[in-house]
Amino acid sequence: MSEKKIIIIGGGPAGLEAAYHLAQQNYKVTLLEKELETGGHIRMDVKLFPDFEDASKVRKQLSDKMNHPSIDLKTGICVNSLFQEGDKWCVKNDNNTFYGDAVLLTTGFETFDASRKEELGYGIYDNVITSVEFEAMLKTGKILTSDEKVPQRIAFLNCVGSRDEKVGNHYCSRVCCINGVKLAVCFKELVPNAEVYCFYIDMRMTGQQYEELYRTSQEKYGVNFIRGRISEAASTFNKRIQLKSEDTLAGLPLRITVDMLVLMVGMEPSKSTTLLAGQNDIKGAYGFAASLGINRNDNQTLKEGLFLAGTCKRPLSFRETIADAGAAAIQIMDFLKKAK
Amino acid sequence: MEIKKHYWNEYQKEIAQDDYFYERSCIRQTFFPGSEATFLKILRKELGKKIVDDPRIHTCTGIGYHSDIVPFDTTQVICARLFSLMNGAGLKNYVPSCVTSFGIFNEVVETWKHFPEELEKTRENLRKATGREFEIPDNIAHPSDIIYNFRKELKQKMKYRLVNKETGKPLKVVEHIGCHYSKIFSEQSIGGAEFPHVLAGMIEEWGGEVVDYPERRHCCGFGFRQYLIMANRGYSIANSKKKFESMKPYKPDFIVTNCPGCAMFMDKWQYTIAEMEGITYDDYDKGIPVLTYEEMTGMLLGYNPWDIGFQIHQVQTEQLLDKIGIEYDPQDKYVGVSGIYLGEPEKPKNLGC
Repeated sequence: MSEKKIIIIGGGPAGLEAAYHLAQQNYKVTLLEKELETGGHIRMDVKLFPDFEDASKVRKQLSDKMNHPSIDLKTGICVNSLFQEGDKWCVKNDNNTFYGDAVLLTTGFETFDASRKEELGYGIYDNVITSVEFEAMLKTGKILTSDEKVPQRIAFLNCVGSRDEKVGNHYCSRVCCINGVKLAVCFKELVPNAEVYCFYIDMRMTGQQYEELYRTSQEKYGVNFIRGRISEAASTFNKRIQLKSEDTLAGLPLRITVDMLVLMVGMEPSKSTTLLAGQNDIKGAYGFAASLGINRNDNQTLKEGLFLAGTCKRPLSFRETIADAGAAAIQIMDFLKKAK
Repeated sequence: MEIKKHYWNEYQKEIAQDDYFYERSCIRQTFFPGSEATFLKILRKELGKKIVDDPRIHTCTGIGYHSDIVPFDTTQVICARLFSLMNGAGLKNYVPSCVTSFGIFNEVVETWKHFPEELEKTRENLRKATGREFEIPDNIAHPSDIIYNFRKELKQKMKYRLVNKETGKPLKVVEHIGCHYSKIFSEQSIGGAEFPHVLAGMIEEWGGEVVDYPERRHCCGFGFRQYLIMANRGYSIANSKKKFESMKPYKPDFIVTNCPGCAMFMDKWQYTIAEMEGITYDDYDKGIPVLTYEEMTGMLLGYNPWDIGFQIHQVQTEQLLDKIGIEYDPQDKYVGVSGIYLGEPEKPKNLGC
């Protein structure tokens, strides 16, 4: 067992995966999670894209590994201070101080607050919901409108809070396109006769099996894709949602009324990410944490002994996050060995 | 209205409390001639404010500018001369009656903030043309901002509420905001661009209920390029029609606007649609009355509807006055200021009176 100790801040997929790899190599790991449960955003998912793997099963597999004797998991710890003290890293919350030889930041992302896109009526009209809320409904096995009816026509809008100059987020959140396809398919499986429309800027099907699922959603499930953003959502007399858009392929303005509008909300850095990155002069674009280099040294930072993994750096998919966490664990072990 | 989150709270702006320089609109005195006089009366008599109504004011060039007839250099100098008149009156708070003017002044001042060389050029041009100097106003507010700002004080003085006297229920009011009030500079609008609150705040404060209908934010039908170019007028009436169809199921008691063009087009196009297609948008084939916010305020304060200018409206307002229980003398409707009977206009074929 090495005497070197690593503190991981954030018990989402990246933190859990990295903790396990480090523990397996006989390092002592303290994993700090601000919530009472680990898992991060995966706790809200029903199925993972693109293969519809059961998200709760995946989460359980990750969480079970925390029983490792070298991992000291502490939940309900919201870190508010991170700094170097001599050759140690010091991590504090309101009541506790933790010391480590290296720190891995896995503080992740928050979903975009859809009410900032006022024209879409989120927070005003009951049947305008976010993808997170839609997924929560999927967990119950029922998708219902505010008056408890099964929607017969539903629209998904991609890029809510991403690739949007108006809200100041120029970047792509990378997962919303494929997640929208996944949710559309899940809905069609529940309500096969319903009409589903996905509004998009581009369909960025860049991952393995993404393009295939996109094709299947159209050929097998009859999901409709319309290239255009929604400019305005408004409630009709009978509480449906009237949408205005442009079908940019047809070159025509479009007005459609749906029973439910689902906003595919993008990723923004979590408050912890921005706070802790700021304290250590590694705050990058949009408030994400900046690594030493995007192409190489992507887990290292300007500060020796401070490492990054997962979506605290930028939007990543689940599988990318897991791979990144493994890479970060190797980098940390390398660093600690040299530190001897 | 189904409001869970009050977005408008996030969009507030500074509105001067007193000492205003008023710039009348080019077109309102023809369309709704009592509105501006009513505003001045409300400010002076009800609120005890100082407001200068200078007869030397002139166009802001807004309609010409948006029609690509007047170049921006000219617009800047014209606006500068108006500011110079305000300076001459010893005032710093500019109040343009027209929403188009409100947009123009904000655009010009914003331009000067970002391009100081434009400001210097304008100073030079104004000096050469008129020998005048000018200072930028401390505050630019639309008159609807001022009424909104004093809505609680005015409520104390009001004789009537926006309530149906028979049922005791709030009147359903469609509020329409001029595009150039909120959509050019959303931070200059009370409530922002998507959910402006400037008229909704008055309606709610005075007992009414705001109708949130799907085409609430759609253009009234004026849209300079739609109406001013004769070949495009079909677009103008089509836009108005879309709005009327969208609001009809809610059975609104009246429409209120804060823009000269919106009030004009939503009122007059109802007549045109009725004549062309025999369609009206109420249950009694009389149309939906359209009021300016000054008229609405004056009406609730108990001013004589004929002094406010209700007889000039295309869609007649008696149905609304009766609903609220406002007293008026039908015999006085077409009696002029001089006391002489002016004669009744010809009645439309399909729009009831």
